[in-house]
Amino acid sequence: MTQLALVIDLNVCVGCHACVTSCKEWNTSGWAGPMTDQRAYDEDPTGTFFNRVQTYEAGVFPHTETYHFPKSCLHCEDPPCVPVCPTGASYKREDNGVVLVDYDKCIGCKYCSWACPYGAREIDEKQRVMKKCTLCIDRITDMTLPESQRKPACVLACPTNARLFGDVHDPNSVVSVAIREEGGYPLQPEWGTKPANHYLPRRKTRIQIHEDELVRADNPLKKEQLPSLPEGGETLDDVAW
Amino acid sequence: MHPAFSVIFLTTLIGAGQGLFLALYTGQLYSLANLLPVQSDHFYSLGSLAALALLIGGLVASIFHLGRPERAWRAATQWRTSWLSREVIVLPAAMGLIFFYGLFHYLGWTDPLFVISQTLPVDITLIIGALGTLATFLLFLCTAMIYASLRFIKAWHSPLTVANFLFLGVASGFMLAAAFSAYLGINLVAFYGTWAVIATLLGAITRGISLYRNTRFRCKVDLKSAIGVHHSDLHQKAQGFMGGSFNTREFFHGKSDGFLRAVRYGFLLMVFVLPVVLIVLAYVLESARLPMVAFAIQYLGLVLERYHFFTEAKHPQNLYYQSMA
Repeated sequence: MTQLALVIDLNVCVGCHACVTSCKEWNTSGWAGPMTDQRAYDEDPTGTFFNRVQTYEAGVFPHTETYHFPKSCLHCEDPPCVPVCPTGASYKREDNGVVLVDYDKCIGCKYCSWACPYGAREIDEKQRVMKKCTLCIDRITDMTLPESQRKPACVLACPTNARLFGDVHDPNSVVSVAIREEGGYPLQPEWGTKPANHYLPRRKTRIQIHEDELVRADNPLKKEQLPSLPEGGETLDDVAW
Repeated sequence: MHPAFSVIFLTTLIGAGQGLFLALYTGQLYSLANLLPVQSDHFYSLGSLAALALLIGGLVASIFHLGRPERAWRAATQWRTSWLSREVIVLPAAMGLIFFYGLFHYLGWTDPLFVISQTLPVDITLIIGALGTLATFLLFLCTAMIYASLRFIKAWHSPLTVANFLFLGVASGFMLAAAFSAYLGINLVAFYGTWAVIATLLGAITRGISLYRNTRFRCKVDLKSAIGVHHSDLHQKAQGFMGGSFNTREFFHGKSDGFLRAVRYGFLLMVFVLPVVLIVLAYVLESARLPMVAFAIQYLGLVLERYHFFTEAKHPQNLYYQSMA
């Protein structure tokens, strides 16, 4: 079975919010209707987003490490938001594992948002239904697009390629390889929700070089000590033919 | 969690309505066993009407919780997995049974259909009442399990939630039955008052334990697990927005500790202490007014109790919204 998911590399995310704006742009213009804002240009603006980038800091200044943390629906393999839905509006697609909301069936009771430990769902105050990341389901399943374009808007927009997209059940996919080889991890694994989205940790590539590795102190042939040139410079006889 | 008044009124109103119906049916069973004088059908039909009115009031309150109430009929479809869906089915079923229980009493259809062991005459109201009792208990279970089944919200994820909803609903219903008997001048105030006190005390025990429990536990996950950075000194610098969002409105109550302490002492006094004192006083003084005051105070106390119930719940998503720089 296919389980589409994102793998987000915290090592290269620079916190530019390009994924946030491209997500909003694509999904607010789509067939599912706008993602409405309230007081967008006034005091206390608010609105519906599928994706947010938060920033965390570890350590005490000046010894700090900054983490930009993109946060969206994790498309859990055992999504707690789906069985609680009283209308069946919230569902997990059988064919690709994407967790979706049918906006025509949702009654806006918010129970699914209470059941999600990640806070991945947001109610649309205008349409009065629950909304969440769709992994750009209208892009990734649109066979009229070239394959390189069949990716979520956030993945295509990311300037540092911090967002990978693929099938985490296929062991050879780019996301599975990244999770396996780069130490990918899920969020809040304690709950057993098995999030499909994974994050890659901050990694530093450093090599340890010791002084004695640069100088060959124990060279028996003394290769480094080239023979001194003869007086008056090289002659034709000094050159080995 | 942000306390939603629609849900506060839904749970308290239907709780009192269910309790009142249970009180009526208990009275009927007692009189059947000749432990209490037989009451007129007028008493049962009027009481059922009051219980039905409370359930309808709760249903109306719940509509204000929905974004799209015109689609609410769809909520009956997922009863296999969702306790909310089960509640949506059981609530009208209980309302229907209570309606017919009252109607058959009003029409006086109380001639026995058959007699068991030549001592127990069974009429249609007895059967409908038994089904209504079953529906009422199921409704308590469904309502409470909506909260108790959310395993991420530890304050609610406990059998104590079910016990609290049951005992507090039954207590307010029997208190209302005592007030109702006092209003009609029927000599059942002591009977209903006694059961109301018993249910109130049981509720005091379970609610007390859950209050104690909710002040002592720690959440299973912390910020390290939430973002997967295992550093001992981790701070949030930005939430991803400068205004608010659904996440900052729905899951935070935004009230001070002092305010919540006042609510806590308020409901402990108004739900458990004052009604018991008043109903005992009513018995001693043979007052007709005091049971009504006792019910009114207990109901208002239950509104406070349910408010506090919401503020007790700490949602794990709040880990992502701790500070904004």
